[in-house]
Amino acid sequence: MSRPPHRDYAGAKLGMWLFLFTELILFGGLFLLYAVYLARYPHEFAAAGREMHLAFGVANTVILITSSLLAAMAVTAVQRDDRRTTLALLGGTILCAAIFLVDKYLEWGAEIGRGIYPDSPRLAAGPPGESVFFSLYYLTTGLHGLHVLIGGALLAVVAARVKRGAIHPGDYVWLENGALYWHLVDLIWIFIFPLYYLVL
Amino acid sequence: MSMVERPATSSFWNDTGKTGIAAWIFSTDHKRIGLLYFYSVLGFFLVGVLLGLLLRIELMAPGRTIMGPQTYNALFTVHGVVMIFLFIIPGFPGAFGNLLMPIQIGARDVAFPRLNLLSWWLYMIGAATILTALFTGGGPPDTGWTFYVPFSARTGTNVSLAVLGVFIVGFSSILTGVNFVTTIHRLRAEGMTWGRLPLFVWSLYATAWVQILATPILGITLVLIIAERLLGTGLFDPGRGGDPLMYQHLFWIYSHPAVYIMILPAMGVVTEIIPVFSRKPIFGYKMIAFSSLAIAAAGSLVWGHHMYTSGMSDNAVLVFSFLTFIVAIPSAIKVFNWVSTLYKGSISLEAPMLFALSFILLFSIGGLAGLILGAAATDIHVHDTHFVVGHFHYVIFGGSGFAFLGAMHYWLPKFYGRRYAEKPAVVGWAMMFVGFNILYFSMMVLGMKGMPRRYYDYLPEFAPLNLASTIGSWILAAGLVLLLVNLFRGLFRGEPFGNNPWGGATLEWAIPTPPSTENFEQDPVVTHGPYDFKRAGMP
Amino acid sequence: MAPGKQAHYIMGYGQLTTVWLGLLALTALTVWVSRHDLGIGHVWGSLAIAAVKGGLVIAFFMHMRYEGRLLRWLLFLTLVTLAIYIGFTFFDVLYR
Repeated sequence: MSRPPHRDYAGAKLGMWLFLFTELILFGGLFLLYAVYLARYPHEFAAAGREMHLAFGVANTVILITSSLLAAMAVTAVQRDDRRTTLALLGGTILCAAIFLVDKYLEWGAEIGRGIYPDSPRLAAGPPGESVFFSLYYLTTGLHGLHVLIGGALLAVVAARVKRGAIHPGDYVWLENGALYWHLVDLIWIFIFPLYYLVL
Repeated sequence: MSMVERPATSSFWNDTGKTGIAAWIFSTDHKRIGLLYFYSVLGFFLVGVLLGLLLRIELMAPGRTIMGPQTYNALFTVHGVVMIFLFIIPGFPGAFGNLLMPIQIGARDVAFPRLNLLSWWLYMIGAATILTALFTGGGPPDTGWTFYVPFSARTGTNVSLAVLGVFIVGFSSILTGVNFVTTIHRLRAEGMTWGRLPLFVWSLYATAWVQILATPILGITLVLIIAERLLGTGLFDPGRGGDPLMYQHLFWIYSHPAVYIMILPAMGVVTEIIPVFSRKPIFGYKMIAFSSLAIAAAGSLVWGHHMYTSGMSDNAVLVFSFLTFIVAIPSAIKVFNWVSTLYKGSISLEAPMLFALSFILLFSIGGLAGLILGAAATDIHVHDTHFVVGHFHYVIFGGSGFAFLGAMHYWLPKFYGRRYAEKPAVVGWAMMFVGFNILYFSMMVLGMKGMPRRYYDYLPEFAPLNLASTIGSWILAAGLVLLLVNLFRGLFRGEPFGNNPWGGATLEWAIPTPPSTENFEQDPVVTHGPYDFKRAGMP
Repeated sequence: MAPGKQAHYIMGYGQLTTVWLGLLALTALTVWVSRHDLGIGHVWGSLAIAAVKGGLVIAFFMHMRYEGRLLRWLLFLTLVTLAIYIGFTFFDVLYR
């Protein structure tokens, strides 16, 4: 009765994509709120957007795009059976994730230092639209940061599997799915960046 | 597992050689996970029934009967949360979807068996979190199952923890959806074309898509409530520029489609039962499959009809009211196809069929009441009255609940190898049917007369019908007890149940009773449709 | 089904780097536009650039260009669903 366990490469990838769709919709709820409140408070949103540090945003955009490149190259490397390069590229991706989080920490720290955080006295005294903008900003980037953390951890697991030889040119769906998750994190940021940093 | 000896043939109950509780709660076999889900949701169903009975006793007479207003608020909230998030949403996909879908498409298991197990664990962890919320912090939530702001953002009861529990249950539901869509795409047996898929599988497929595309919105909405309470984000607080109506939009963007998570698989069950007990192929296979997808799609466009009296713009009321009527079309397609299948069929009125037939009637009553609510002009009068309570109990209990009981009588004997006694099942069904209509029809009349929902007290002129409704709830409960005792007595000690006593043509009836862990000795090759009784060898 | 039985397109490092350069250029463009164009079309302009960037990530980094038709349709379905959620909410928000 015992038959070989079922291995379905395309099925695993389909499952991962379906999961990514749910992530898109999850963030979609926040983008929905952004759209509605932007329509209601265009001037307050513009004023609040000017309070943001563009440099942090640009730096993080470049970091995430680069990390995405490294993750995509890691898939190419494993397909070419180049384990050392795969590991190096994955390490680079995880390093980018770490730099991103440090950057985010510094940015949040700077903003909180200026009295900008949900329910802060400064925002309570300001126009209502600005407090909405910053609440959404903290929730969206917070949720995104959590995804960066999860993505980094996932890629670390993937790297360990590459090292053990469990991921190889014959079976690398783990790496491919991990990279897909990482690209999603990048994809979400690509929309966060203009909406929060460039709305002037 | 059971004290009673299983049939001697080897089956998924014993063929892995693993016994004990760990072999169940860590099993990746879809049938074992299906049974885990089944007993979990059934347990929560009974809790919900008990709470419902208590609510009815409180409403038996005006004024305080057995509980104060705060207890009443907590009880209707918990009744709703348990019945919706812990029973009926995970119920069909988790229990019967897991038990049957892989077999019906000719697969050995779902696409991701370990993820499937994780879904059940997340469900249990979420449920435990919700239960913890009832007894800790500021006490059980008193917001109603909808957690509407601004009250949910301010009440001192333990809303945050309960909401976290619902979030975890929602995650479990998403993973089930991902698993089922992948399974149905990738693991169909040779010859199991989309046109030969049993209609229960079609309904699960549509349901799974709703789970994938709508549940994340619930997730983010619940996160926002927690943020509102713990961080003071003020996104729904008009004092800080927020808009409470945006909460209602987000909540119903999920929770309206969630109604279709509850009802679509129930329709699938009915579509399986009716042709088998009419000895006739299903009428309009393609239209039924299509209408499942159409209901899922159209159902995602109509959330605004929960908000007619909320202060939403009149344009939106108009648009959502119009769109709501569109859902009636695919729903009616299904009803007409079921009735056409019955026409000139050789109908045998056994317990599963009785549930299926009562589903058609009760669902139709509930659905027609839904048209009254869907039309903005009439909704204004009955909004937030007992008419609404009657309406959704007709659809969800009279529809999904009765289909769930029908599925239990139709399919569980297949997995236990023993069956219940027919007569008590029919008596139990009849009691439930009578009690149900007394209980909920009275509510609809009360609502028409203007009795609001969610009040523990009411005017004296509503007393007679409330008393009738409460008595109906006792008849219903008595019938349910009889039904369940008879069913489980039968499953463990009843007459043996053969491989295909009902004469079904779907794949689960082509394998031994109970099935083996691998389901099929060899991967099956499908050569006929799911309701092609002649080519399946039935007379 | 043996793993790796299906033919997989292997993207070259050069091809990926080109996409990366494109993404960087678009990032520079979107910042530049936001500093110069102060019209009302500015939000839509930024979103359009973001959509192009997202398209590049999905098509190349996520290999969607080399996947079958099914995944593309499902992605399309998801995006349409999200658009409906946001769009239909505006039936209320725009006319209140």
